[in-house]
Amino acid sequence: MENIGSEVIFYIIAAVMVIFSVMAVTTKHLLRSATYLLFVLFGTAAIYFQLEYEFLGAIQVAVYAGGIVVLFVFSILLTQGLGKKQEKIKKSKLVLALSAAVIGAVVCLYSLISHVFPNSRYALGEDITMKRVGEDLLGSGQYQYVLPFELISVLLLACIIGGIMIARKR
Amino acid sequence: MDYSFSILILALPLFMFLTLALGGNKMSQKFAGLLGTAGLLTIAVLSYMVAFQYFGMDRVDGIRPALMPYNFEWLSFTDKLTINLGILLDPISVMMLVVITTVSLMVHIYSMGYMHGERGFQRYYAFLSLFTFSMLGLVVATNIFQMYIFWELVGVSSYLLIGFYYTKPSAVSASKKAFIVTRFADLGFLLGILLLSFYTETFSFDQLTADGGFFLTSTSGATFMGCSVAAWAMALIFMGGAGKSAMFPLHIWLPDAMEGPTPVSALIHAATMVVAGVYLVARLFPVYLSVPEVLELITWVGAITALYAAVVACVQSDIKRVLAFSTISQIAFMIVALGVCTSMIPSEGGLGYMASMFHLFTHAMFKALLFLGAGAVIHAVHSNEMSDMGGLRKYLPITHITFLIACLAIAGIPPFSGFFSKDEILAAAFNKSIFWGVWMTVVAAITAFYMFRLYFGIFWGKEAKHEHTPHESPATMTIPLIILAVITCVAGFIPFGEYITSNGEAYHIHLDMTVAITSVVCAVVAILLATWLFAKPNSKPEKMQAALPRLHKWAYNRFYMDNVYQFVTHRIIFAYISRPIAWFDRHIIDGTMDMFATVTNSVAEKIKGFQSGKLQVYVWIYIVGAMILAAAAIYTLCIK
Amino acid sequence: MEIPYIYYLVVSGVMFFAGVYGFIARRNMLAILISLELMLNAVDINFVVFNRYLYPCQLEGFFFTMFAIAIAAAETAIAIAIIINIYRNIKNIKSDNLDKMKN
Repeated sequence: MENIGSEVIFYIIAAVMVIFSVMAVTTKHLLRSATYLLFVLFGTAAIYFQLEYEFLGAIQVAVYAGGIVVLFVFSILLTQGLGKKQEKIKKSKLVLALSAAVIGAVVCLYSLISHVFPNSRYALGEDITMKRVGEDLLGSGQYQYVLPFELISVLLLACIIGGIMIARKR
Repeated sequence: MDYSFSILILALPLFMFLTLALGGNKMSQKFAGLLGTAGLLTIAVLSYMVAFQYFGMDRVDGIRPALMPYNFEWLSFTDKLTINLGILLDPISVMMLVVITTVSLMVHIYSMGYMHGERGFQRYYAFLSLFTFSMLGLVVATNIFQMYIFWELVGVSSYLLIGFYYTKPSAVSASKKAFIVTRFADLGFLLGILLLSFYTETFSFDQLTADGGFFLTSTSGATFMGCSVAAWAMALIFMGGAGKSAMFPLHIWLPDAMEGPTPVSALIHAATMVVAGVYLVARLFPVYLSVPEVLELITWVGAITALYAAVVACVQSDIKRVLAFSTISQIAFMIVALGVCTSMIPSEGGLGYMASMFHLFTHAMFKALLFLGAGAVIHAVHSNEMSDMGGLRKYLPITHITFLIACLAIAGIPPFSGFFSKDEILAAAFNKSIFWGVWMTVVAAITAFYMFRLYFGIFWGKEAKHEHTPHESPATMTIPLIILAVITCVAGFIPFGEYITSNGEAYHIHLDMTVAITSVVCAVVAILLATWLFAKPNSKPEKMQAALPRLHKWAYNRFYMDNVYQFVTHRIIFAYISRPIAWFDRHIIDGTMDMFATVTNSVAEKIKGFQSGKLQVYVWIYIVGAMILAAAAIYTLCIK
Repeated sequence: MEIPYIYYLVVSGVMFFAGVYGFIARRNMLAILISLELMLNAVDINFVVFNRYLYPCQLEGFFFTMFAIAIAAAETAIAIAIIINIYRNIKNIKSDNLDKMKN
């Protein structure tokens, strides 16, 4: 029963994500496309929750939905204004994009279907406690990630400075 | 005797040149002129001291020894063959020092008036100093290579001064012409030097001239095209001298060189630089004596040039051109005098050497005087054409008198200096053969004729209309004229044979009465003829011109020598040699390079589309490419 | 019985190629950026799924996704700064108008 419930939830999430990701790239309103992106991001967060990675799901919601999408909306409003329609997509570009997407999707789906994947070991995993996340993030042993962590922090600092420099009015 | 101060004679003008060239623009014109003149006055005084000291010295074994106060090694090719730089003092170089510094000093003083207010006045004085330096270096050269170095330096300074008015196209082309023609001649000079040094293994004058036989024995046996190598080397060296001294057929640059300022013409193109060729032959005289066939060539070249230039001078209307051709003719006299020599001993056929040097000395003075006088005339009427002159004797009394003295001197009327020196040349020519004697006497008569045609044309005859009344020049210009006129009057009485002879022994000059009387009579007749024709305005010259139309036309156009050169260079050398070479360069060599460029360019043009700068196209290519690779990988895996 | 992980992969694949389509087809730079976020998210999902199903004892995919989210945030901030700067200069954010450096 529980399994059926989670399966139903998964299908709903999957349907939402597929539909909205396609709509996000096809809609002519930029603001709508940002909104659809937000739904897709929520769907991703839901998948993380479903896979019992609650911390990752929380980050996804906080950073993407709370930060990036808001940034998108601001910049869209700054540059486009409300209700302004996008121009039509050129036919040659449409052909290019569709061909790339279709070829890619076909190759990927074919390989997914034809490939024999190893068996799932889902059940072996224990719960991810916050304690473990913290230790792994700041530890320096095997499968521990203090070095990338520090690198990312430097990168973020650089981005802050770069963002200020670029957007500054001269 | 101490001659160590003689280095100052070279160092000072170089220093003056550097000062004026580098700092000239900071100075006022007056200061630059005074500085240049003061520097030259010092150099002149030093030269007089050297001359006084040198000629005051006692003779050693009856001759005057050659001294070398400085001689240091500059470049050494082999153990034996080295290039030295130094100072050689012997009778002719000391005499040349005096001539150069005197004329140069006069020109410096004169230029302060003549060039007053010209643009580039400081540059003018800098170039004059450079020229003086190079010319002094040339005459005191201890070896033939040092001479060559300074020889080129005088060529450069002459080029710079002819092209002084560089905004005038005719001056620019004249300077180029002078440079190219003399460079062409110097090519022969250089080849001659190389031949000479290859066989004798020395550049030094004292070794070359120490014993005429030394040179002959070292080259004996080697022949080329029927002549000995010695003859070839000396003839090639003479070619360099002929180019600088404007001998036929390399004379074409000198009349055009009159585009430069008149004092420059007086200094370089009349008194000093153009006699460098004579000086060169005199310097190597013992060697030339050992190759009589070259001396014969020299005589012929000189004699033809003398006659040619004299005839052309008779019909020119530009006064500076008349003087230029007169210069060519007079230098040819000196060359002939050297050519007719048969031995080193003055009384036995070596008289020509002394005569040549004597004429060089007197000619430098009176020809500088003539040019400076002509400069004063041009200054007064602002024209070079004789038709714009006439009747100027009332307006320019000092110029008139000094010009007349110079004309009498060049015509060979006693007691002016030209008479004595020309008489020695004629005597030397008669010594050799009657033929040369008569030839040169005729040329001397023509000289008297054209000089007095010039004199009457300027100062007598019909008075031309002037824009404003001509006035006498300022004192800076008349004083040099007077000084040179005085020298011209008295220079003939210098006992020249005491100082300079071919073998260094004293020789007492005595006038050969038959020669002297003949030449004076010829000159007087020519002067009277000129007086009859030109002194009063009349139609006789036009009638003569009409009687001999072809001769007049040919002479007026300088016997079409320039046209011959034009034809040879343009129609033959340019058309048949330069143009094919240019074609080869442009089409074969450049073409190969162009082909590389074209191929690269067209390939780049073809592949340019790949780099469109459109990011989305790049992404498409990337993804499709990646997918094709993935598909290929999957396909191969499935096959397995 | 949990959901077979190939399902997740299919979803993320569709997302990814929707992103590819948007990236190539759209002209507005913000739309391109949105497509880019889609692709990034699809990849993140793959990491998490593989981590969860195949190597549940180590947290490599987990942390990789975490870092990817951080980098995506940084990248978006910079990209939007650049886009706004461009908008200020040429009053336009169409990708094919950005050819000033080409000529």
